[in-house]
Amino acid sequence: MKRTDRRGMRAPILATLSAGAAVAVLSLATPAFAQANDPIKIGVIAEATAVAGSSIPQAAQLAADEINAAGGVNGRKIQIVSYDDHSTAPEAVRAFQRAVSQDHVNAVIASYISEVVLALEPWAGRLKTVTVTPGAASDVITQNIAKDYDHLKYMFHGYATSTSIADATCAAAKDLLVGQLHMKSAVVMSEDAAWTTPLDVEYLKCLPQIGLKVLDHIRFSPDTTDFTPIFNKIEGEKPDVIITGISHVGVQPTVQWKQQEVPIPMFGVSSQATNSSFWNDTNGATEGVLFQGFSGPDVAVTPKTLPFVQAFVKRFGNTPSYCGYTAYDEVYYIADAIKRAGSTDPDKLVDALEKTDYVGTIGRVEFKGRDTANPHALKIGPQTITGLMLQWQNGKQVNLWPANVANGKVKFPPFIKVGSAD
Amino acid sequence: MTLFWQILIDGFAISSLYALGATGFALIFGVSGVLNLSHGALMVAAVVAAWAAGADLHTGPYAGAAIGVAVGFALSLLTYFVVVQPLQRTRKIREEEKEIFILTATLLWGIMIQQLIAYLYTDNAKTVDPIVQGVVSVAGVRTPANEFFTAIICWLVIALLWLLVNRTRAGKAVLAASMNPRGVTLLGVELSRIYVAIWAIYGLLVGIAGVLLGMFLGVSSYSAGPLTASAFAIVVLGGLGSVPGALIAAYVVGYLETVTAYLISPAYRTIPALLLLVAVMYVRPRGLLGRR
Repeated sequence: MKRTDRRGMRAPILATLSAGAAVAVLSLATPAFAQANDPIKIGVIAEATAVAGSSIPQAAQLAADEINAAGGVNGRKIQIVSYDDHSTAPEAVRAFQRAVSQDHVNAVIASYISEVVLALEPWAGRLKTVTVTPGAASDVITQNIAKDYDHLKYMFHGYATSTSIADATCAAAKDLLVGQLHMKSAVVMSEDAAWTTPLDVEYLKCLPQIGLKVLDHIRFSPDTTDFTPIFNKIEGEKPDVIITGISHVGVQPTVQWKQQEVPIPMFGVSSQATNSSFWNDTNGATEGVLFQGFSGPDVAVTPKTLPFVQAFVKRFGNTPSYCGYTAYDEVYYIADAIKRAGSTDPDKLVDALEKTDYVGTIGRVEFKGRDTANPHALKIGPQTITGLMLQWQNGKQVNLWPANVANGKVKFPPFIKVGSAD
Repeated sequence: MTLFWQILIDGFAISSLYALGATGFALIFGVSGVLNLSHGALMVAAVVAAWAAGADLHTGPYAGAAIGVAVGFALSLLTYFVVVQPLQRTRKIREEEKEIFILTATLLWGIMIQQLIAYLYTDNAKTVDPIVQGVVSVAGVRTPANEFFTAIICWLVIALLWLLVNRTRAGKAVLAASMNPRGVTLLGVELSRIYVAIWAIYGLLVGIAGVLLGMFLGVSSYSAGPLTASAFAIVVLGGLGSVPGALIAAYVVGYLETVTAYLISPAYRTIPALLLLVAVMYVRPRGLLGRR
């Protein structure tokens, strides 16, 4: 069976190879002309029907239009080419191949799903195309670069790694939960996905360090629809707080938490809660949920944040998702790197991107160096990107941390019992 | 002991919901031989309609739920008239092949509905604002009042359906059609009218089950496939076409899932029920109460 298959395949493969060679020769011949005034193309691969994903091409387009209105990059316009991957790895890989081979994009902004980005990473290396993710979090993306820098250096992690996100959450928990509310114990509750593996490892390390004893660590399938057993188990363990690591799920645990009146606050990463539509999606059940983020409405993290949000709302009628902020910044710093490199040559572009020092909408963007454990990961910390801790209050996302950009105080719905709150 | 009550109550609510969802599915198959693979998509459409009515039009929970049920009802009839009936009537397809054509057509129809919902309302999960809010404490278990409401409505609707089928003339015609379609036509009952009637009943069942599911657990457009699969599994387990079989199977599956989730791990929730299904297929392929 296999042998006949292979023999049958040979002719088309040869045809494809020769066609590929012809394309390669043609594309080698054209760059001299292409450089002059052809647009710089940036491919955007994301799931258009997901709340988080839909903001990515929109924000990228907004950034491109702004840059073009200001004269473009070295006289060239930026063109965004969008592809929908339905958040599956095979469709994302096909889109990536099409973007590079047919549409000749100069860089790619791709996906907020770690599994998808991990599938694209080797292709970024094979096709030597600079690829930046606006929302995936797995540390493995950058750990892979450390292992095989020469091949994978084209990958850049434009969002915080899971470890950094856990650290940012712990930093906020130290001030809010331990400092203000005198909490002592926690249960970690995370969905089983690539991005939460390093997140949970760091949670289990950093929570005890700030004085929160971890009583249990629960990982559940992202297919879970009934969270009653999980909340029940947690309630039986009597922790002061539930530390969350959820992104693929969000609405269902939140609504059931409220319906069952689980008396323990939820605090941590809850990506869907960052969406402005989350209040409506949960019919207001999200009241009191605390969630980590790098951006929030009305939070002027940098001077660029609010003008971006206003322009986005004006044009698209809704506020950007967390990936919208990063995708917008990514177009700007890719354009900036092309300007500094004076070329779209992938290797020169990588060198220029590594030297990025750009104040965007979520903070100051700088990448970790190739000698670190996570090359091309964003630097997270007080000097670069701090992150926020927000809470849903009366239909609004209110920022509570850090103090210099806070616009409210912790407040819980009546069914939450915070024992030793002052 | 609390755990026992917890499992009993939680399992009962979820099983009742499964029972209602699977009843309509079994009914359609029993009477007209149609396996409606757009079942899950119709339920999701009802949920999203009820949610959108509440979130966008601010209708309040009662009107929202009514709109959800109405959408389930309308879509069910649309499914029958646009997808199923033309295939049943056409002479271009051989009679013995029609079943597989209808199966494929409803599957594609379901995917179309699912994608349209994702396009219009994104694939994020949606929940319907419950009509009954708050919690009640039963045997030391704090349970959302909505869970009891769900179970009560499910059984009320199933009881009404039973009355309709066994106590009314129209219902008896439906029952007769499921036993012997040709015999019913000989008695002067038009089969196509019976089909319309059962798709209408099915639409109400799907709408109500959908809205209750939306209030209890919530769904996203991704849930369309798993919802069809779970209804299908329950109906196969109970015996294809047997409504009482589907009811029993719904409770077997519901409790098996709940016990697994509580005692083993929520991550393995669906596995034992699927293993049971495989085992039943080996030992008793016609299902628990199957006739054929």
